[in-house]
Amino acid sequence: MKKFKKSVLLVLSVLMVLGLFTGCHGAKKSASFIVPEEFDTSKHYDITFWAKNDTNKFQTDIYQKAIDDFEALYPNITVNMRLYTDYAKIYNDVITNIATETTPNVCITYPDHIATYKTGENVVVPLDQLFADEKYGLGGSELKFDGPSLEEVVPEFLEECKLGDSYYALPYMRSTEACYINKDMVEALGYKVPDVLTWDYIWEVSEAATKKDANGNYAINGQKVLIPFIYKSTDNMMISMLKQLDAGYSDEQGNIYIFNDDTKSILNTIAEHTASGAFSTFKISGYPANFLNAGQCIFAIDSTAGATWMGSDAPNSDISPDKFIRFDTEVRTIPQFDTENQKMISQGPSLCVFNKEDPQEVVASWLFAQYMLTNDVQIAYSETEGYIPVTTKAQNAPEYVQYLADCGKDTSTHYEVKIKAAKLLIDHTSDTFVTPVFNGSTSLRDAAGQMIENVTKSVRRKEKVDDKYINKMYDDVTSLYRLDQLNASGGSSKADLGPLPGTSIALLVILGVVWLMILAYLIYGQAKKKVNK
Amino acid sequence: MKKTLLAVILAVACVACLAACGGSEPAPAPAPETQSQAPVVASVPVMTHEEYVAAPLDSQVCVETYIQAKQGWWENQATIYTQAEDGAYFLYNMPCTEEDYNNVLTVGTKIKVTGFKSEWSGEVEIIDATYEVIEGETYIANPIDVTDLLGTDELIAHQNEFVSFKGLKVAASKDANGNDAAYLYNWDGSGSKGDDLYFNVEDAKGNVYQFTVESYLCGADTEVYQAVEALQIGQTVDLEGFLYWYEGVNPHITNVVVK
Repeated sequence: MKKFKKSVLLVLSVLMVLGLFTGCHGAKKSASFIVPEEFDTSKHYDITFWAKNDTNKFQTDIYQKAIDDFEALYPNITVNMRLYTDYAKIYNDVITNIATETTPNVCITYPDHIATYKTGENVVVPLDQLFADEKYGLGGSELKFDGPSLEEVVPEFLEECKLGDSYYALPYMRSTEACYINKDMVEALGYKVPDVLTWDYIWEVSEAATKKDANGNYAINGQKVLIPFIYKSTDNMMISMLKQLDAGYSDEQGNIYIFNDDTKSILNTIAEHTASGAFSTFKISGYPANFLNAGQCIFAIDSTAGATWMGSDAPNSDISPDKFIRFDTEVRTIPQFDTENQKMISQGPSLCVFNKEDPQEVVASWLFAQYMLTNDVQIAYSETEGYIPVTTKAQNAPEYVQYLADCGKDTSTHYEVKIKAAKLLIDHTSDTFVTPVFNGSTSLRDAAGQMIENVTKSVRRKEKVDDKYINKMYDDVTSLYRLDQLNASGGSSKADLGPLPGTSIALLVILGVVWLMILAYLIYGQAKKKVNK
Repeated sequence: MKKTLLAVILAVACVACLAACGGSEPAPAPAPETQSQAPVVASVPVMTHEEYVAAPLDSQVCVETYIQAKQGWWENQATIYTQAEDGAYFLYNMPCTEEDYNNVLTVGTKIKVTGFKSEWSGEVEIIDATYEVIEGETYIANPIDVTDLLGTDELIAHQNEFVSFKGLKVAASKDANGNDAAYLYNWDGSGSKGDDLYFNVEDAKGNVYQFTVESYLCGADTEVYQAVEALQIGQTVDLEGFLYWYEGVNPHITNVVVK
């Protein structure tokens, strides 16, 4: 009996080791997705869609109409929408749900976020095969809607969805940043608004506006409050300035180059203009639109997707009507260092599809994601803000062309500032850029903006901002955002991982030795039995 | 002995295998420790509320105050409504651990706060703060009735205080379809249950104000959230809440009683 127990113990030990081997790399991993031959319309699929709106009731309505129309075409698919107003919340919820295998089927996202999602194996579906599928791909023969072909998706926007060698998202809407200008104040200061703003120009006019009268009011607006230049996204501000200077930021392997002399020079300039009261940020002072519309700001840089909040007749506002002043609003691209080689960021939501055990469910998800690129959805959603459609099919549709032509016809659908903002991106699509995407690129983006926020805050607090301050801040930000740890986890998952590390080799050797010992023990036991007999 | 050795080797191999198996989950890039750094602050004497009000924006301030309500904790930062007997202070994104937030910074607790006075869209707050718990004393403010101050310049003197409004009438808001509604999810009706609630109230002079149930402070499962969801246009209500500011007065309501 004792002998039997020992044998059982040994067998169990071996089984346990075997179990560990088999359990190791597949614990919560879905099989990679393979496109089925046919979409099974006899089965019902409930899919979830995590959407983001800009706290805009029209966008919510358009999502709902898109779902209703899609369900009418595909009665065997039910789309359950969950609404968010913040990309970061979607990101956090997706991360949490990857661990429990309860990701949504489709979600609005940014490629930076997908880079993190896809560090889990087969979590996000690569879309290359689906794009190309004859039946269900872009413009496929079996689609029940008139979707765009691959060639009809704006190439610049599609390319942003490529991570490594594969596409992991579909662009949904695109925007850029614009500078919304109180033209009246600029002219009252003795300047004209040029076709292309430069950084020198915007700093010069902003400085000129800081003069006060004998009562301590700003001469240009007669008020106690004026921030001539406010930037909404300081992440974008730093990123765009570095890009325009062709200065270091990062590469796709996750190497960080942002802590350089160009960055230092940018920060020193910002410090100088903060000290004079010419510049502040959204995080420190408030929404640029509120200041602009109250005559307390001359240059407000914000997304084109925030255009409905800008200007005297803005359809959306957080300030009371009595605080508004009347002025002409000009819309320009963000300031440039080189007016002949403009650079501006491309931003806006994309759609990614999550992998599921049932490939048919993935196809159902893909069909819905693709449906969001049809003209009806694209045109309707883009008209809610200064977004533009991501397909040439929608951009060239007579309905959309007429919408653009009716710029300024009213202060709602055809609100002049909004349509000017949208046209700005259409005219400059080829001037847009995105930053390299890797697992950790979101942290780097946050760090880029944080440095501007820190410098601006410090200057306002009368702290000394000099090289010593900036060098220390480089260290602090590196540590705070753990940028020194990115290289190990960053970069493309397709990157060459190099030779096996020493610890892995040692582990494999130990495992081999253990197996040999087990085998030797069994042989020894058998031999001993024979001898005893 | 041999069997023991074998068992030890097996155990080591098992542990090694387990350790090596951690790679199949997504590996998010390390999150920042906090969104903003609390700077090293010099020693500043404790101020009265009057001294705090007189201090310029962006200057360093130090106050002793009592926690009245907690709005939320996120990435090692807490947003807290506090009040002392002479005035109130809103602490925005104050670095603190989740443990402290849940178990130490309880309602009524006295804390010494050192930070920077800041203003965001009209709301004066303390940011980049550090805190020190002062054991012993506790204080929970009674609401002060500011109904008659609505629409006057005096109201802002009570900013961030726990206040009450008596006998206001629920006025119509416009929902997403342009219809009259007693309340909205989000400011324009674009949200859904769980989002901030916005509702309009009218005072005796006929002035209309927008009040808010801040969903991080009072979520969908709270009595006040559900009470606002049950409001009808024209009802008379008594309200309590914190006198928050956003481009004008924007109280964060914590209690509603329909008269």
